[in-house]
Amino acid sequence: MSFLQYLINGISIGAVYAIIALGYTMVYGIAKMLNFAHGDVIMVGAYVSYCVTSYLGMPAIVSILVAVVACTVLGIVIEGLAYKPLRGTPSLAVLITAIGVSYFLQNAAQLIFGSAPKNFKSIVTMQPLTLFGGGLTITGEVIITIAICVAIMVGLTLFTSKTRMGKAMRAVSEDRAAAQLMGINVNQTISLTFAIGSALAAVAGVLLCSTVPTLMPTTGAMPGIRAFTAAVFGGIGSIPGAMLGGILLGIIETFSKAYISTQFSDAIVFSVLIIILLVKPAGLLGKQIQEKV
Amino acid sequence: MKKLLKNKTFLANSRIYLTVIVAFLVMFSLSNAGILSSSWKGYLVPICAYISLAVSLNLLVGICGELSLGHAGFMGIGAFSGIIFAALLKDVVVSDTLRLLLAMVGGGLLAGIVGFLIGIPVLRLRGDYLAIVTLAFGEIMKNIIGNLYAGVDENGFHMAITTSKMALGEGGKYIINGPMGATGVQKLATFPMGFLLVLFTLFVVLNLINSKEGRAIKAVRDNRIAAESVGINVTAFRMKAFVVSAFLAGMAGVLFGLNYSSITATKFNFNTSINILVFVVLGGMGNILGSVISATILYVLPEAMRSLEDYRMILYAVVLILVMLFTWSPKVKEIVSVISAKLSGIFKKKEVETNG
Repeated sequence: MSFLQYLINGISIGAVYAIIALGYTMVYGIAKMLNFAHGDVIMVGAYVSYCVTSYLGMPAIVSILVAVVACTVLGIVIEGLAYKPLRGTPSLAVLITAIGVSYFLQNAAQLIFGSAPKNFKSIVTMQPLTLFGGGLTITGEVIITIAICVAIMVGLTLFTSKTRMGKAMRAVSEDRAAAQLMGINVNQTISLTFAIGSALAAVAGVLLCSTVPTLMPTTGAMPGIRAFTAAVFGGIGSIPGAMLGGILLGIIETFSKAYISTQFSDAIVFSVLIIILLVKPAGLLGKQIQEKV
Repeated sequence: MKKLLKNKTFLANSRIYLTVIVAFLVMFSLSNAGILSSSWKGYLVPICAYISLAVSLNLLVGICGELSLGHAGFMGIGAFSGIIFAALLKDVVVSDTLRLLLAMVGGGLLAGIVGFLIGIPVLRLRGDYLAIVTLAFGEIMKNIIGNLYAGVDENGFHMAITTSKMALGEGGKYIINGPMGATGVQKLATFPMGFLLVLFTLFVVLNLINSKEGRAIKAVRDNRIAAESVGINVTAFRMKAFVVSAFLAGMAGVLFGLNYSSITATKFNFNTSINILVFVVLGGMGNILGSVISATILYVLPEAMRSLEDYRMILYAVVLILVMLFTWSPKVKEIVSVISAKLSGIFKKKEVETNG
């Protein structure tokens, strides 16, 4: 029974990773940049939600909405101020700028909220579900996290395949120049991608801090790197890949903590990543691009 | 001699060496004369270590064209193996300087060997994927080093990665104590040794760049397929650059590790890798003197801004973003050139007016 318990917990952590990884993978697919500031947007989202619930006394659902709106605006502003002027320059220049943005967000949060961890009150009030006469306990957080993740997956898949905006996004990520020739507003589409990615980051931040209730300026850094790994794992640029990669990563992490070693879970997770990339260099669901001479 | 003076690379290289030597002499005499405050004296060795790290990473990123996000991993291997070597040699080698030197060679070699072993599978990947795998490598190294136990007792040297397997006899002493890191390290690193390391790093990297190998590596960077088609063994040359870079980073790590009385593995995390990369990019990719200067300035800058307290890292971040925008963005560059043209126009007009 403990196996099932670990599996469910793994899927729950993996679902959070998957939501974060979606932001990474969409931005990489469309702007071909590694957005290292994404992890810190998660942190900002969590802080906004924290402030709304504890200082303004608003209900949890309102705090999520406010966090989503704030992060969406933040994502658009970051893209417009820091990344847009660098479009078309070497990817390393954009990468360093993203790191600058990440430092900025972390230190701004430290300046405003201090470096002491805040105790994030879980947004979930649901009672834990006990199955098999106490053999299996599923907490409300786990259920809500998995439910939200599934909803986001379905919504995003429908959005990219059915709507005009979604189709434009896919077109831009496939071939930016051709998309522009077809009359797609590339700049607007990239901004939209950042907006969606940041909104998802806000949701992920609230879910993450509901499960692990300590909130610090560096809260987003490690889950950010993990989720980034997950995005690569599934094939960076691929939306189903990010979901699969995130959930697999969560399961691997939980299992290696439970069955192999708690201290070395990081090493195991990253070793698996290296092995996967050696066997399938474009990730699990990534497209192998043929090189033209 | 005349021929040598006309040689462009010779001139450029001697300018780099000269700058470094003059800077060393000035700082050394300042610190000996007691003009330098003690906190500034404390910066000297880390600056040397970071210069070596930046130059060795520049070999990989600037010359070889491979983005590496795990340079701190090699630094960490060097630091912790150097601490172990130095502790083990304590009774064998009396001279502190010689012990530091041996530890540096040992730590460098170990980092080089790990670089080689990692390089075999990893160098099959390219571009962003290579960057990600090096990031993963750095995290793995931090994780392993952070759980390493090493110590000496009457039965000799023990090393393990769990507490349970680590049973030291009576009178045994831990050199590295798992997540607590290395404590009670004898501070062997000195500024002159740091300077020698910088010189050695420059010597290795500059000679490599200007050799047959270096030209082949640059050819691979500029056009891999073309380089391959003229018979350059791409993998072998990338491997060479990777191993040399790891070796030098390991040596710098030893110097860094032996500069503090205690150090933990968390020092060698992703942020440190990124900081070294920032040194390289802001100094100019492929520009060795640039790396030296930017490593120095960017290390000192946040330390010098300590009086600004909480605002200093925010300022650092803003400076970083602005520098990237001003050096790379075509739009910002255009605006700057327009403004500077207008400004010079105003001044010229004024000159004309005053003259007239």
